[in-house]
Amino acid sequence: MSAVALTVNGKAVTGDVDPRTLLVQFLRENLRLTGTHVGCDTSQCGACVVHVNGKAVKACTVFVWQIEGANVTTIEGLANPNGPLHPMQEAFREHHGLQCGYCTPGMIMTAVDMVNRKGHDLDDPTIRHELEGNLCRCTGYHNIVKAIAAGAKAMAKGHAQHQT
Amino acid sequence: MSATGIGAAVRRKEDQRFVTGKGHYTDDVNRAGQCYAYFLRSPHAHAKIKTIDSKAAAAMPGVLAVLTGAELAADKIGNLICGWMITSKDGSQMKMAPHPAIAHGKVNYVGDAVAVVIAETLSQAKDAAEKVKVDYQLLPAVADPAKAQGQGALQIHEVAARNTIYQWHLGDANAVGAAFRAAKHVTKLDLINNRLVPNAIEPRAAIGEYDAGSDSLTLWNTTQNPHVARLVMSAFVGLAPEHKLRVIAPDVGGGFGSKIFIYPEEVVCLWAARKIGRPVKWVAERSEAFLTDAHGRDHVTHAEMAFDADGKITGLRAKTIANLGAYMSTFSSSVPTYLYGTLLSGQYEIPAIYCEVDAVYTNTVPVDAYRGAGRPEATFVVERLIEVGAREMGVDPAELRKKNFIKKFPHQTPVIMTYDAGDYHASLKKALEIADYGGFGKRKRESARHDKLRGVGFSTYIEACGIAPSRAVGSLGCGVGLWESAEVRVNPTGSVEILTGCHQHGQGHETTFAQVVSERLGIPLDNVSVVHGDTDKVQFGMGTYGSRSGAVGISAIVKALDKIEAKAKKVAAHMLEAAEGDIVFQDGKFTVAGTDKSAAWGEVALNAYIAHKFAGQELEPGLKEGAFYDPTNFTFPAGCHICEVEVDPQTGESEIVAWTAVDDFGTVVNPMIVEGQVHGGIAQGVGQALLEGAVYDKDGQLVTGSLMDYCMPRAHDLPALKVDMTKTASPSNPLGIKGCGEAGAIAAPVAVINAITDAIGTEDLAMPATAQAVWQALQKASNRREAA
Repeated sequence: MSAVALTVNGKAVTGDVDPRTLLVQFLRENLRLTGTHVGCDTSQCGACVVHVNGKAVKACTVFVWQIEGANVTTIEGLANPNGPLHPMQEAFREHHGLQCGYCTPGMIMTAVDMVNRKGHDLDDPTIRHELEGNLCRCTGYHNIVKAIAAGAKAMAKGHAQHQT
Repeated sequence: MSATGIGAAVRRKEDQRFVTGKGHYTDDVNRAGQCYAYFLRSPHAHAKIKTIDSKAAAAMPGVLAVLTGAELAADKIGNLICGWMITSKDGSQMKMAPHPAIAHGKVNYVGDAVAVVIAETLSQAKDAAEKVKVDYQLLPAVADPAKAQGQGALQIHEVAARNTIYQWHLGDANAVGAAFRAAKHVTKLDLINNRLVPNAIEPRAAIGEYDAGSDSLTLWNTTQNPHVARLVMSAFVGLAPEHKLRVIAPDVGGGFGSKIFIYPEEVVCLWAARKIGRPVKWVAERSEAFLTDAHGRDHVTHAEMAFDADGKITGLRAKTIANLGAYMSTFSSSVPTYLYGTLLSGQYEIPAIYCEVDAVYTNTVPVDAYRGAGRPEATFVVERLIEVGAREMGVDPAELRKKNFIKKFPHQTPVIMTYDAGDYHASLKKALEIADYGGFGKRKRESARHDKLRGVGFSTYIEACGIAPSRAVGSLGCGVGLWESAEVRVNPTGSVEILTGCHQHGQGHETTFAQVVSERLGIPLDNVSVVHGDTDKVQFGMGTYGSRSGAVGISAIVKALDKIEAKAKKVAAHMLEAAEGDIVFQDGKFTVAGTDKSAAWGEVALNAYIAHKFAGQELEPGLKEGAFYDPTNFTFPAGCHICEVEVDPQTGESEIVAWTAVDDFGTVVNPMIVEGQVHGGIAQGVGQALLEGAVYDKDGQLVTGSLMDYCMPRAHDLPALKVDMTKTASPSNPLGIKGCGEAGAIAAPVAVINAITDAIGTEDLAMPATAQAVWQALQKASNRREAA
């Protein structure tokens, strides 16, 4: 077992973990932050995407000890729990960008990262290309693409911009 | 239409929790004292188990138990069953082989469980599983359904000679024979409907818990139908009496059919929880899902269509071999029979149809219903035949369809179904307009200028949904009735809880069901909640599949609301001191006809409970009603999808450049949600046509056993979709709903293949039409031309 310390959704957390503990396991099992999902075992599906030091990372691809001291944001930390939704969350809701909801946290975290890297004016081919690492089996992506384009624009309007 | 009522594109109530990470899926459930199950699975497709030595594993740290099929049998845990009896043409019954939750004596596919290790942590269970020594004696395996009945194939189960489960037929062979003898033109095709892996993004999971105090079991499970799961696990598997077994299906992350079935792992979690006295949790890994979730499709078919001189279809015949895998899954037998043969009339007036289906065992994962279940296979047969027929006869494929459309309803097909309503011409016409079919030639020339081959493909599909009238399915061998139940509980403050036997796993019932109630009772959407997925809360229900929740589930709610309204009128009559017959209920208000005396919904609800205005003897207090709704017929959603592709002849790569869908789903409760269902269905259909395919090698190893090997559609594989609708209401249920969940998956594959074959000018193309497959088809066609 080894000790780890990092910041998750703005709170300092520590844990004593088996060295093979993945970040996603640490989030789900140690911290009970179950919004980050596991959909595969080969890093293909993107259901586990979180932000590590502001960048999208598949939480199934890193051991928690590898990111000692890092700043992690999960879907639970994207918006203030007592405030309005993050514009990207709101866009997914508004544009029916989700059905079963399982891939959704990873999609939203990927989408926010996409905006951070690519800006607020995202066209259809860019969004589709950037979603390479995220699988959805329900929506056919049509409304996810719409939601991300709208969410990107809404984020530009300065609605509750969140540090990640 | 009210702002939140039937027909309004209301944003979903459930989304708040999903977009904030507050969904509650089975893997999010953790029980005090839980331990973890890990299944050791057969690496061989077919082998005898000589010995299992688990001593070293049992001694590993944290291990609580290593259980095998022998213990399962010793504890008299029953086999899993298939609940739909199919009778062969010779009158014999289907050959259902025993399916123990853990293999005993013999394994029949790669992934068959041979032991389960239960440990304090998952890592400990996995480590210990590596120490279990299984001595196998390998047997020859067969994975290809076309080879399963042959001389070379070893018999997998004692009960099934030549690995044949049944030899079923439907229709009139003589009439079809006569039609083909008299035909002016006959189109013949050999078709493979490729095997698919459902791949809901949430892997299956189960937690079993035993409470010694009440001697009862609870199962949290990723299931589409918790009550049927409880029934089977109680009545057939024998885990506990029904009243001592609770099944909870919390949020479920997609199903597409694959979570209808009762699987070995949930049986084992319950059995082990009682044995060990602690909650037992199991969550599938994706690779495990590939090896254990029931697969879909896997048909090999020869089909022929006969036309007269005028281009009218005079007959259709099909012979299909359907692969059901190593064991018969819960509803597997019905898929290639009553959900397939009965749809072979498509949207067409076909006087004679004959269909023969041989279902076979192979050493592969069991095959069962997957989105569309039989109907995509039927649509593929019918729509390939008519498209190729049109090309062979040199007529426009849209015109040939029009000529053969059924125009009068109800229409009795020669294969059981009575279509109740439809307007196939309307959906085709609208689709042709939206797709600008008239401009296709110009676009094709434009593509040619860029060295691309452009093609257009149609799919005028039909499906049977609203599954299903209990008497009808009972007469066809189904072991259960397929009605649905609902309970409407009105609280004293006027808010309402709807308890439904349907289960949502993406469909948005919490919103659409509430819309129906909101409109009917004139109360805000937020005052209605939908309760589902728990056998302790909802008395009974048949679950969600077969696009049934709208047509059957909502109909049950409507029936219960009728009773609520009748009772509430009685209460209002007492309150308003009027005759019951004079009470009118409209917009959430009870009024005495012709007066200004009225009572609001909330006042009536309160009075029903305080009962101050009536004596308990004249009217029972309370406001709660239940209903069971049994449909009078299937519903028949239908429509027209048009796919346009561009193929690069140098690489064989196909790009879908336009998609038009015009569907007739009858009454639509929430168009936003319905369009979303169409998008998702099309994506799965496009996946089948272009990308997906489960591949087994000759030894029965699943070659496509992970998301790195099995190609799932990603965002860049799909175009933006144009989705529109026409409407003919179904006369078979109170609101005229037909169902929309499967349409896209049914319509899409054949539209894609019709488009690509149009582009490349050869019909010899199997799914998935990968770049390699298309390139090879092009080369073959060119070699043929050169040889000729």
